Amino acid sequence: MKKTVFDKIWDSHVVKRIEGGPEVLYIDRHLVHEVTSPQAFAGLDRRGIKVARPERTFAVCDHNVPTLNRHLPIVEEQSRIQVETLARNAAGHGVTYFGLGNPKQGVVHVVGPELGITLPGMTIVCGDSHTSTHGAYGSIAFGIGTSEVEMTLASQCIMQPKPQKMLIEINGRLGKCVTAKDLVLYIVYKLTAGGGTGYFIEFAGSAVRELTMEGRMTVCNMSIEMGARGGLIAPDEKTFEYFYGREYAPKGAEWDKAVARWKTLKTDEGALFDKTCTFDAADVEPMITYGTNPGMGMKITGTVPTGDGLAGTDRITFDKALHYMGFQAGQSLIGHPVQYVFLGSCTNGRIEDFRTFAAFVKGKKKHPDVTAWLVPGSGSVEKQICAEGLDKTLEAAGFELRRPGCSACLAMNEDKIPAGKYAVSTSNRNFEGRQGPGSRTLLAGAPVAAAAAITGKVTDPRTL
Amino acid sequence: MAEKFITLESTVVPLPVENVDTDQIIPARFLKATTRDGFGSNLFRDWRYDKDNRPVPSFVLNNPVYSGKVLAGGKNFGSGSSREHAAWAIFDYGFRAVVSSFFADIFKNNSLNNGLLPVQVTPEFLAKIFSAVEQRPDTRIRIDLEKQEITLLATGEKQHFDINGYKKTCLINGYDDIDYLLSIKDEIEAYENRG
Repeated sequence: MKKTVFDKIWDSHVVKRIEGGPEVLYIDRHLVHEVTSPQAFAGLDRRGIKVARPERTFAVCDHNVPTLNRHLPIVEEQSRIQVETLARNAAGHGVTYFGLGNPKQGVVHVVGPELGITLPGMTIVCGDSHTSTHGAYGSIAFGIGTSEVEMTLASQCIMQPKPQKMLIEINGRLGKCVTAKDLVLYIVYKLTAGGGTGYFIEFAGSAVRELTMEGRMTVCNMSIEMGARGGLIAPDEKTFEYFYGREYAPKGAEWDKAVARWKTLKTDEGALFDKTCTFDAADVEPMITYGTNPGMGMKITGTVPTGDGLAGTDRITFDKALHYMGFQAGQSLIGHPVQYVFLGSCTNGRIEDFRTFAAFVKGKKKHPDVTAWLVPGSGSVEKQICAEGLDKTLEAAGFELRRPGCSACLAMNEDKIPAGKYAVSTSNRNFEGRQGPGSRTLLAGAPVAAAAAITGKVTDPRTL
Repeated sequence: MAEKFITLESTVVPLPVENVDTDQIIPARFLKATTRDGFGSNLFRDWRYDKDNRPVPSFVLNNPVYSGKVLAGGKNFGSGSSREHAAWAIFDYGFRAVVSSFFADIFKNNSLNNGLLPVQVTPEFLAKIFSAVEQRPDTRIRIDLEKQEITLLATGEKQHFDINGYKKTCLINGYDDIDYLLSIKDEIEAYENRG
């Protein structure tokens, strides 16, 4: 039978099929962070058991760590307790932990691939919906709840019904100032915030092949924003090259064997998908969102929809979003004042994003009314920024770098956008209050964020 | 051992908004606890209370006309973050079932793992529930998990709903996935050693 790459990986990880039920799926890598794990470890303690496969489990603190003054203890007590609890749980169960003082610490979905903990063909879970990011490397990776974190800690397996399969094929070339982020915001806009529910996506096509590994991560990262279980891209030479020599990647003869195995991870010609969508990369322009879910996006030069003809819950939802954002139906966003800019997160916190941002602001000055938070995705990204001298470029333009973590993406630490303020954010969610109570988020890629930071308003980066 | 779910007859709390994401159900700043308890008091925190912590009278949970163990929400309920705290908050507040025309996948799993029943109905049936409750807030519905049937009691209109057979057994008996996974330890080891 012809199989998709998703089938090949999934089927080879099924330990057991239950009549009329979910499948028992073996998990190769379990990534753990401080927010969704304490109750799971407490569950193990209650049962008097230990983590079943500590060598397959990796912990890192990222969600509520401060991005400034890291030489000091965490000021916020509950955050400090969560981080300390993770350190204690990891030590008690023999799990590798990347804590705040560790140069490898960072956002879990940036750290995993960087260290070669993530590898092609693996099943990867984490108590975080953006686990889909790891699909960029040809793995089945998805977010789980805390009960499932506990299942994985206890047994290295979870119980999952096999999702349906969707193929999203993107051919053609992306235009000037159009990034992987714009591409995925375009796809989410086209398919809507619930359009991928029940599916696992494979992204394919020449435009996807052309993307860097960082760009592929951005695309897979936001597959959850369509409601998809996850999204993956079949591994290729670019993928193999990325992993060569990484800390946890296989070495020597083991490496050759692994690459030979990874090369089989392709969708067979004629394999069936439950749904197929095709897009042309040339249709994508720099994007921005105007509403309160990532599907409420538009071309930056476009206008907010009029909402004509909406009724029932659709009408209530649309009006509520525009009211929250302070926008009018039909208006343009170009020139709208912006008070905050956030570069970072598991969506856009990688070296490529900092290169793009720095190239844009080089020789210019940050607008005085803009507060900009530039937060590297990991210690390794931070190190690379400095090695390339990007920190100097950014400083000269009036920006400062912060320390790695999730930061303003979900505002669990001190990095909160104040109520009523507008933020152009390279993160993944524009939900009400996501970046702080009352905050108003405009999702975009690094060029649009850089343009806003320089001009203090929503600006088409192609005009700068 | 979770709480058992068999049948439920209750009035309905209507929330006719689509794409209700888990950041609304329980905002991230309330995820700092290390236990599963007490999230109900912050359920829909930023819709329920204003910035000075005063109840927002127009929000449905603050409207004494509506109460019950069933929450009805617009399509794509529970989207966004994987935080299980969302299911804990809804359960802790007192709900035992959520009705929508479709649920986000992770939220659905999290609910089923916590004895909170997600009942997926057609958009038409959901619209009927909203309109019936709007006209008569004392409208009652019955959810029969054994028969997989939801009934609007005033009119007798009913609809079948789907649920995975294994999960149904778990809910009815209060079984737990971890007990099951621990019981097949040998099969997991055999999988690991298959070479």
